[in-house]
Amino acid sequence: MARIDLVDLAHSYGGNDAAPESFALKPISMTWRQGGAYALLGPSGCGKTTLLNLISGIVTPSRGKILFDRADITPLSTQKRNIAQVFQFPVIYDTMTVGQNLAFPLRNRGVPKAEVNARVKQIADLLDLTPHLNRKATRLTADAKQKISLGRGLVRSDVAAVLFDEPLTVIDPELKWQLRSKLKALHRDLDLTMIYVTHDQTEALTFADTVVVMHDGRVVQSGTPAELFDKPEHTFVGYFIGSPGMNIVPAEVRGREARISGHPIVLNRSYDVLPSGAKIEVGVRPEFVDVAPPAPGLLSANIERIDDLGRVRFARVRIGDAKFAARVPPGFSIPGDTAGLVFDPSHVHVYADSRLVEGTA
Amino acid sequence: MDKTINQKAWFLVLPVFLVVAFSAILPLMTVVNYSMQDTFGNNQFFWNGVGWFKELLDPSTDLGGRFLDSLGRNLFFSIVILAIEVPLGIVVALSMPREGWTVAACLVILALPLLIPWNVVGTIWQIFGRPDIGLLGYTLNGLGINYNYVSNEFDAWATVIVMDVWHWTSLVALLCYAGLKSIPDAYYQAAQIDGASRWAVFTAIQLPKMNRVLLIAVLLRFMDSFMIYTEPFVVTGGGPGNSTTFVSIELVKIALGQFDLGKAAALSLVYNLIILIVCWVFYTVMTNAGAERPAKQGVA
Repeated sequence: MARIDLVDLAHSYGGNDAAPESFALKPISMTWRQGGAYALLGPSGCGKTTLLNLISGIVTPSRGKILFDRADITPLSTQKRNIAQVFQFPVIYDTMTVGQNLAFPLRNRGVPKAEVNARVKQIADLLDLTPHLNRKATRLTADAKQKISLGRGLVRSDVAAVLFDEPLTVIDPELKWQLRSKLKALHRDLDLTMIYVTHDQTEALTFADTVVVMHDGRVVQSGTPAELFDKPEHTFVGYFIGSPGMNIVPAEVRGREARISGHPIVLNRSYDVLPSGAKIEVGVRPEFVDVAPPAPGLLSANIERIDDLGRVRFARVRIGDAKFAARVPPGFSIPGDTAGLVFDPSHVHVYADSRLVEGTA
Repeated sequence: MDKTINQKAWFLVLPVFLVVAFSAILPLMTVVNYSMQDTFGNNQFFWNGVGWFKELLDPSTDLGGRFLDSLGRNLFFSIVILAIEVPLGIVVALSMPREGWTVAACLVILALPLLIPWNVVGTIWQIFGRPDIGLLGYTLNGLGINYNYVSNEFDAWATVIVMDVWHWTSLVALLCYAGLKSIPDAYYQAAQIDGASRWAVFTAIQLPKMNRVLLIAVLLRFMDSFMIYTEPFVVTGGGPGNSTTFVSIELVKIALGQFDLGKAAALSLVYNLIILIVCWVFYTVMTNAGAERPAKQGVA
């Protein structure tokens, strides 16, 4: 168990001399709390797997250091790092039974037989694998195999952190929920640091206390699911998280007023000093904009279609050229092609060059 | 469910049936016919029933003695070359590079012996091993080792075995290499995390994953070595004495040397049957090994 610190960590597959912009992982410094449940969330190719492989030691960083409990482990091999990793596809030793699979890491480290058996029994109980202990591991289902991969990490009592690399990719949808709840339960019971890589926001938001959103080799925001939802620090977080994503439209902002296509919107905070020359945008989640009958005081929009998600309906509209989504209040019927939009001022954010600007009260 | 019955399909099978009939069934039936008869030329045949088969399996007769001796030699040869080529092929495959231009270079070098015609391989080794002008034979004798494959049985066997290893280890190596390449990186990474030694990686990951290709390699090499003719015929001609006379060499001697069509036909039928049985056993083992795996695999 350990606290993990990344110090100016960066990696390029092209070597250290490559142009900074081509780095798969741009320099980052951050701390992973001991016992935290983290999700690394981002689209394919954003550098999240690279970051994971750097922590586990499969990849050696081009720059920077990794500290486990303040000790520099950057030059150490994967074996010596006490890391457990679960891969996208289950890794099972074909010729072995479930029990032998679980015992493998301990036997490799020369742990006495009695202790191996005790640990294997304990972990099998924890993962509900006890009934399968003497079966060939290859005959089990994909989710059981993933549990075995996880179990091989957990049997070691000295494990510093468990890393998951999109572990639910090959699992049936209905089993995904079960396995994810199992992971959450394990996290509570074992007090282990867990880092979970995924591109699925539901997986990330339900698994983690802290979600780290990555984009183009950078960490753009790390926070609780609520923080990511309520206050995205980057427009990317805004539209990547949430379904549908955040509306982001160009606007002119002066003081407590934003103008979208010339129409004024009231803001909750005052934005007097905005970086000059920056691209100013306003972001608001569809959940905080309601569709209303057209009225002179409201920003008017052309309705393109209504998405009925069952529990809630969203109107896809257009303001000038900009696409926009807004909630359709329950019982509201659309009068025609145009509608007015009612904004909730406390949830309208201002972005300069894609980064959140904090206004003054 | 009602299936549409359409007999037209038979017409589509007919051409293949005719080709197979002329190329395989008729010749085979001719051999069966010969095996039951004796001839003294002039296209005159005399019925002999199962006489040749009885003689073939009785070591006290000339035919039986020659057949069983050569069969024993042939089995010994197959076992020896399998025991050398399979482990050697695995070692070669394991030590081959995984990426870069060297992969292509290795593949070409390995494939070279496979591309050389059998009788050319035989000729190469026949000259290579000659004590007077061959590089190998001359060098060995120069080093004080009395090596002569024409007069010494052990030398003849050693030459034939080394030649087969040189010719065919590449096949085993290439098959194993293909098996190794299909193992995803995650297995090696997981093994690294699990602290597996090099040997443990080999026994727990590489060997089980090569299982299927190894079975194919063993099957191919067994069949091929069991039917070997050209190379030993070119190098040793079956000698010295009968020491490297394998079943196929004996068969050709009987059929074309002595023109004993009946004896030769009986021998070739039994020879064929042995190979068929071995193939069937291997096939059963292979399909069973495969069927065990996906038996209860829900999602994969």
